[in-house]
Amino acid sequence: MNNLFVFCEIEDGQVANVSLELLTKGRSLATQLGCKLEAIAIGHKLDNIASQVAPYGVDVLHIADHKKLEHYLTLPYTSIIIDLFSKTKPQIALLGATSVGRDLGPRVSSALKSGLTADCTSLVIGDHEDKKAGKVYKNLLYQIRPAFGGNIIATIVNPDCRPQMATVREGVMKKEVFNNSHKCEIKKIDVESIVSEADFVVSIIERHIEKRKINIQGAPIIVSGGYGVGSKENFKLLYDLAAVLGGEVGASRAAVDAGFAEHERQIGQTGITVRPKLYIACGISGQIQHRAGMDQSSMIISINTDPHAPINAIADYSIIGNITDIIPKMIAAYKKNSK
Amino acid sequence: MSGLKIVVLAKQVPDTRNVGKDAMKADGTVNRAALEAIFNPEDLNALEQALRLKDRIPGSIITILTMGPIRAAEIIREGLYRGADNGYLLTDRAFAGSDTLATSYAISKAIEKIGKFDIIIAGRQAIDGDTAQVGPQVAEKLGLPQITYAEEIIDVKGKEIIVKRRLERGVETVKGTLPLVITVTGSAAECRPRNAKFTMKYKHARSASELQDATEDFMQLYNSRPYLKLSELSVNDVDVDHEQLGLSGSPTKVKEIENVVLQAKESKVIGNNDQEIEEMIVELIKNHTIG
Repeated sequence: MNNLFVFCEIEDGQVANVSLELLTKGRSLATQLGCKLEAIAIGHKLDNIASQVAPYGVDVLHIADHKKLEHYLTLPYTSIIIDLFSKTKPQIALLGATSVGRDLGPRVSSALKSGLTADCTSLVIGDHEDKKAGKVYKNLLYQIRPAFGGNIIATIVNPDCRPQMATVREGVMKKEVFNNSHKCEIKKIDVESIVSEADFVVSIIERHIEKRKINIQGAPIIVSGGYGVGSKENFKLLYDLAAVLGGEVGASRAAVDAGFAEHERQIGQTGITVRPKLYIACGISGQIQHRAGMDQSSMIISINTDPHAPINAIADYSIIGNITDIIPKMIAAYKKNSK
Repeated sequence: MSGLKIVVLAKQVPDTRNVGKDAMKADGTVNRAALEAIFNPEDLNALEQALRLKDRIPGSIITILTMGPIRAAEIIREGLYRGADNGYLLTDRAFAGSDTLATSYAISKAIEKIGKFDIIIAGRQAIDGDTAQVGPQVAEKLGLPQITYAEEIIDVKGKEIIVKRRLERGVETVKGTLPLVITVTGSAAECRPRNAKFTMKYKHARSASELQDATEDFMQLYNSRPYLKLSELSVNDVDVDHEQLGLSGSPTKVKEIENVVLQAKESKVIGNNDQEIEEMIVELIKNHTIG
């Protein structure tokens, strides 16, 4: 009772990165709260999920394995989680802020009349005082997130309703194994007793989902392009620089919307969050929505024709000029000086 | 086949995407009051999907439902200018301070009051809250299925609907049964512009609260044209439990708000020449930033 739950998304038999990141965070919070870390996996052919999550410190894994659950569907997944939460009464429940989490989270929280905070960038434990009611709450989950297009940071709490629910985007939390020998108890959910035919009123006709090709989040060096790169052809320069430095290529939302780069490369508030050793921003103005996805980079170089671009204010180095001019110079200098 | 009854959930939001110099205060924080109030972008995408259904299925009716202060009536007018048929403004002090749960409760009660709908469609998320929660929560409260991340309504035949969803790494086509709730992404078709004829027709449309300072001449015109009446719903018009509204009906509370300040760093300006660029590269290699 009153434990911390993490919903684990399954992609092709593998627990999604965002879920492993949340398990890492969940383990740390659970230890702080003195409660257990429990995980939920729903899908099909889930026999090897326990071995994937146990090292992250999961104490109990609840599995709902059924052919009809192979791909995410709102109603059956919601029914299973509501049934589980009604029985286990978690104090906290975390989900990835993905198309699954953002479909499932609100549905569950509405049914349980509990509070849900979306796209949290930070989760900490703290106390809260309701001066009006004269109440003090101990050990609440502070759900910290940007709002207003990223112009403010809000700290949200759910003093009274349970579970305290939050979604977090991939790449925001770090993924870290807790203990390779950690033992995890497995509890099987009797799907057929919970899910009904009516839960399948919406069904999937067709799916064209590509496997993850690019792992930008893992890249130590990211060469990123914005609308200022000008064209898909010019983006080739970024690929050249990334290849030479051993990095990956990212893009701002404006560049993706303009068709210069694929959606998977989008960095920012509505894309992915990265924290590489080096972020080279090419022709990126640096609006707050983009900065939200990369301002944790250890070092930032900005190449821009506009000396007043907001990105220059957070860059360690800024070079004013055109990338068609500057990137070749950088490549030449690197080839000359690297070992 | 008779037309569809569609309700479009729309929100008036401050334009947080374009925070220009005028909206920034001297301390580097945003002056929210200075931002323009607009029709939430993804709700416009939702409206377009509704309009396309109306084009295809004659006799369909599109109702705009918005919850907000009195000036949110502008959103209903905007919808009418583009082809919607009527609208409701859900407005009352009692709704103030609502989080997404209290908001979706109020909206679902308003929908129950207004009538039966085949499709309830909304943008995926608003650009001020950015939560994407109200759509699914309204669906849950009404006991309806939901299809989120919809990019295109492919077809509606009788009670069957086919929708294309845009997910992170591809598309998924789903089939559902009406009635249900759909939320639409920004990657869906852009909303058609205002129609000149409708704009002329509805430019004097007003909700009751907006008539405070109306002249006698205006009231004569207004009363002679029933279609100019925008319906207003207050807390007394909907069958609600007051405890579930506003702050008391909001499980989430804002503990603190911090303004994001553009923090300038000590940045080194490198000249666009071979020498300075090489110096920078050498420095980065030396401190192991690059290999």
